[in-house]
Amino acid sequence: MTHKRTNALIWIWTLFVIAVIYLPIVCGALASFNKSRYFGFPIKVYSTEWWDKTIASIEIGMIVRNSIAIALLVTVLSVVIATCGALAFARYDWKGRRLFQKLIMLPIFFPQPVLGLALLLGFSAVGIQTSWMTAVFAHLVWIVPVVTLVIAIQVYGFDPALEEAAFDLGCTRLQVLREVTLPILWPGIWSGMLFAFLLSWSNFPLSLYTAGADSTIPKWLYAKMVAGYTPMVPALGTMATLAAAVLLLVGGLAGILLRRRAAA
Amino acid sequence: MSSLAVASTAAPPAESPRALRQQRMLSLGARCALPVALLLGIGFLAPLVAILAYAFATPRSFDVFTSFTLENFAGLFDPTNTVWISFAWSCGFALFTVAILAVISYPIAYGLNAVFGRWAGLISVFFVFPLFVSENVRLYGWVLFFIKNGVLDGSLKWLGFSGGPEVLFTPGITLFGMVYTYLPFMLFPMTLGIALVPRDLVDAARDLGAGRIFIWREIELPLAMPGIMIGMLLTFVLAIGATAEAKILGGQSIIVISHDIEIAFTYSQNWPLGSALSVLVTLFIGVLTLFALSKLDLDRMLGRR
Repeated sequence: MTHKRTNALIWIWTLFVIAVIYLPIVCGALASFNKSRYFGFPIKVYSTEWWDKTIASIEIGMIVRNSIAIALLVTVLSVVIATCGALAFARYDWKGRRLFQKLIMLPIFFPQPVLGLALLLGFSAVGIQTSWMTAVFAHLVWIVPVVTLVIAIQVYGFDPALEEAAFDLGCTRLQVLREVTLPILWPGIWSGMLFAFLLSWSNFPLSLYTAGADSTIPKWLYAKMVAGYTPMVPALGTMATLAAAVLLLVGGLAGILLRRRAAA
Repeated sequence: MSSLAVASTAAPPAESPRALRQQRMLSLGARCALPVALLLGIGFLAPLVAILAYAFATPRSFDVFTSFTLENFAGLFDPTNTVWISFAWSCGFALFTVAILAVISYPIAYGLNAVFGRWAGLISVFFVFPLFVSENVRLYGWVLFFIKNGVLDGSLKWLGFSGGPEVLFTPGITLFGMVYTYLPFMLFPMTLGIALVPRDLVDAARDLGAGRIFIWREIELPLAMPGIMIGMLLTFVLAIGATAEAKILGGQSIIVISHDIEIAFTYSQNWPLGSALSVLVTLFIGVLTLFALSKLDLDRMLGRR
């Protein structure tokens, strides 16, 4: 049947695109195991020398700590704000809802380098010194809308009658929130947290302009790419990628378990 | 946005407990929206206002709110200035990126809905994951692939060919970088859009004897259009603001508009000029985005109702 042939073609095309997507990431990993200072392929001598040097570097240790601190704070803050936002987005019928749904999309549709510069300008206009804490705020501006959408999809899937029933049985609003709403939304909130952490972890354009003298992993990598290349660039890049992959894997599995438990 | 919070208190008095609760829900929605509204008010609108203020300040100065001049905007439209060339390049790249990505993503988006079955989740994860790897890491990977003696060149030489083509630092590779970076932003809205097409409708059309191309053109494509539109808009807007691709892969063989903005703010320290440029780009993007969003029903798209 021709239908089967189309499906096979779609499979082949998709796998090809996935292969292309991961090609540069694999190239980076290969380069990080190259012993000589400059990259050449095929690699003559493999070594883990640059991985060791990267792990031992005090400067990089500080940068990694900055990145983790920013991502953790962004995760906590954005999930709280975005859960409220998602309820307003998808659950409650209120007057400004349509407008709210559109306005919240604007930062997602906005080019991040321009947003970063705008924030830098704003900070300097009111006299705030940029540091990793201003970077947290900048990340929030972009990540909260994304996380709101992620959680909103879960909110759409839940039956408001459950809340109504709890009210009719005499629950207070706080009780309903704690006993009914949040447990049902938990899988969506969990994916929102994962997104928040990983998007903050990998963000470059906002950190570049708003982190001031404090550096993050993507910022440091960029600085070294532009001037003063060392094989620590692919090594640290690969480490950051691996860390994200492990987090996604563990977080994703935990999410599946959560969903199973919520469905049971 | 503050008017939203006020609006809910003006609802008519309620009688029954149910009506009372409904009224409470109304204000609850506004109150839930408040933290996000505050964040975006301070973090998104206020900086845009700052940019707007700077755009009217004396060129090469920092005296915002104290001077008013249109000189910066006049500078932008000065034909001796090269700004319009960067803007044209950015728009051109963005258009090509959208067109190429639509063609690349459609089969995959269709596959995620109708072909991959239980593999669809895993395949989506493969497409999401690159978002969590910093874009400059991924773009640098391409440099390692295409560079002289890099993965492609080296492999070809090793196999006995004369070596790979020199594509780095050309406009073409900049376009390639954009297509590569923005793929997920086209794919996922498109997938949501195609999910809106009712399968029964397609089956019914087939039973009535419609050809495959006819079904696609008359049923699938129009019904999937909201999602496709969001994807196109998102990739277009993001590609207009792209800089890393032109810098890391393109080696600045092409200057894009965001690079001009960045230069104005950083090296040349001409904040008013940079602001005027940003205002121009923001207006362009803002009008486009609001126009497209006004045509969409987000409840239907995300809630699949």
